[in-house]
Amino acid sequence: MHMEVKGSVHKYGNNVDTDVIIPARYLNIADKKELAAHCMEDIDPTFVKTVKPGDIMVGGQNFGCGSSREHAPMVILESGISCVIAGSFAHIFYRNSINIGLPILECQEACEKIDAGDNVKIDFDTGIITNLTKGESYTAEPFPEFIKEIIQAGGLLASIKLRQGRDSA
Amino acid sequence: MPMTMTQKILAAHAGLPEIHPGQLISTKLDLVLGNDITGPVAIREFYGAGFDKVFDPDKIALVMDHFAPNKDIKAAEQCVTCREFAKKHNLTHFYDVGVMGIEHALLPEQGIVAAGECIIGADSHTCTYGALGAFSTGVGSTDMAAGMVTGEAWFRVPDAIQVKLTGSLQPMVSGKDVIIHLIGMIGVDGALYQSLEYTGDGVANLTMDDRLCIANMSIECGAKNGIFPVDAVTESYMQGRVNRPYTIYEADADAHYSRTIEIDLSALKPTVSFPHLPENTKTIDEVGEIPINQVIIGSCTNGWLSDMKAAAEIFAGQKVHPDVRCIIFPGTQQIYLDCIELGYMKTFIQAGCAVSTPTCGPCLGGHMGVLAAGERCVATTNRNFVGRMGHVDSEVYLASAQVAAASAIKGKISDPRKKG
Repeated sequence: MHMEVKGSVHKYGNNVDTDVIIPARYLNIADKKELAAHCMEDIDPTFVKTVKPGDIMVGGQNFGCGSSREHAPMVILESGISCVIAGSFAHIFYRNSINIGLPILECQEACEKIDAGDNVKIDFDTGIITNLTKGESYTAEPFPEFIKEIIQAGGLLASIKLRQGRDSA
Repeated sequence: MPMTMTQKILAAHAGLPEIHPGQLISTKLDLVLGNDITGPVAIREFYGAGFDKVFDPDKIALVMDHFAPNKDIKAAEQCVTCREFAKKHNLTHFYDVGVMGIEHALLPEQGIVAAGECIIGADSHTCTYGALGAFSTGVGSTDMAAGMVTGEAWFRVPDAIQVKLTGSLQPMVSGKDVIIHLIGMIGVDGALYQSLEYTGDGVANLTMDDRLCIANMSIECGAKNGIFPVDAVTESYMQGRVNRPYTIYEADADAHYSRTIEIDLSALKPTVSFPHLPENTKTIDEVGEIPINQVIIGSCTNGWLSDMKAAAEIFAGQKVHPDVRCIIFPGTQQIYLDCIELGYMKTFIQAGCAVSTPTCGPCLGGHMGVLAAGERCVATTNRNFVGRMGHVDSEVYLASAQVAAASAIKGKISDPRKKG
């Protein structure tokens, strides 16, 4: 299955932590839509008003640092974001994103050159990020097969289900 | 290929003779942990994906510590989800209000984690158990759900940074100052995707509480885990707590480290992390005049008995400054009881401190000490991000129990080494 997404960019800086992605004061909320209404609100109150399905989030270094709350990638995904690009990701955020099926890419050049509002296309098979606004392209390391399988299955649990199905077949 | 201590534990749990950094592996787990915030998400995913059986009811721990005792109706319902799951699946290690402590203080104390084990927890400070010579790391709720089903987790094998400790700490300097100093040196992403392996002659001079505190905050420089070698101090701590065989792993003498950092413990001073990142460190003599409104002593970082002792010694015969609220959170019920028996509780209350049952509440701005706009807090917790303890315009300064207690008395960030 070919994986490709396209959308407009929401841009943030270094060390975007999970407390600003989704503040702890909302962690008593179980409903995903209700939670997503607070995504990024402490650093960007306009995000939830402007985000459109397919949009792309771009951060700097150490994106998603702090608490292990999976609510963070969950609200980003629920907001309609199709991919997060950053120079680097905090390790728990990285695995959480893959585990819930939120595509993420590490690409230093992309996070330096892409500006807020740019229109960007991403090909996950090649790792090529095309900036349609600026007419540039940048290359990220594509996912290893193991991780691609998890994302394509729709997350870790779905991939375990698939594997268990295969094993018992 | 020579391996680090972390790599050896991971290789053993993956059933592989050797592994190398970057390799994707699947390992067997000795414990899967969750709490009242991350547990319900994992439980919903567990059932939602159509699973109905856990891999081992003895190897799953659920601790109701974050918004418990229940802060509101929604929090109460999250605890109900966990409670029902624990009952239905006969979980051995379910800790509810009355017996619960802050998870990372409770699990080592109760001997639920031990040297050489491979542990995941849906809480970023799960790395605390590296103090015992275990591989333990924070994950998300989906990893927790998958771990509960399969008893396994996937990992990318980490490279490691060696932190070589020499000397011993001066009075009024603790493990908290060591880890804050290290984060200040390498930054909040200085150990991203890597292990922090603490080594050197200085390790023997650190108490178990110091090591637990240092391992706990290893995540604050991005580390996957922080780990200490197992020595006489570790073994004597585990004695009487851990009632099963455990394995001691050692790094190979020629293990590869991406870098080596040397820290002379005897040169460290009380250190404070300024808002809004743990890497913004200043030694106490560089702090200047910073008036404060609140002090929090406790959490999974500094709710240990040694922190309670240090605070009690500073509060003895003193009063909390009239402009300050000081709230103390012992890490576990046992530590709370010890505080009563040792007379610390009387000292705290006579000094004008409030003492709470164990909870994570204030550390993440949940309840029991939320800050208003413009308020400043000295906290022995582990994060000072924007809005972490309440309003986005509040400020958190991270420090040891010693600095926090001295600051509570003076009404401003203060050096615990200075009398009067």
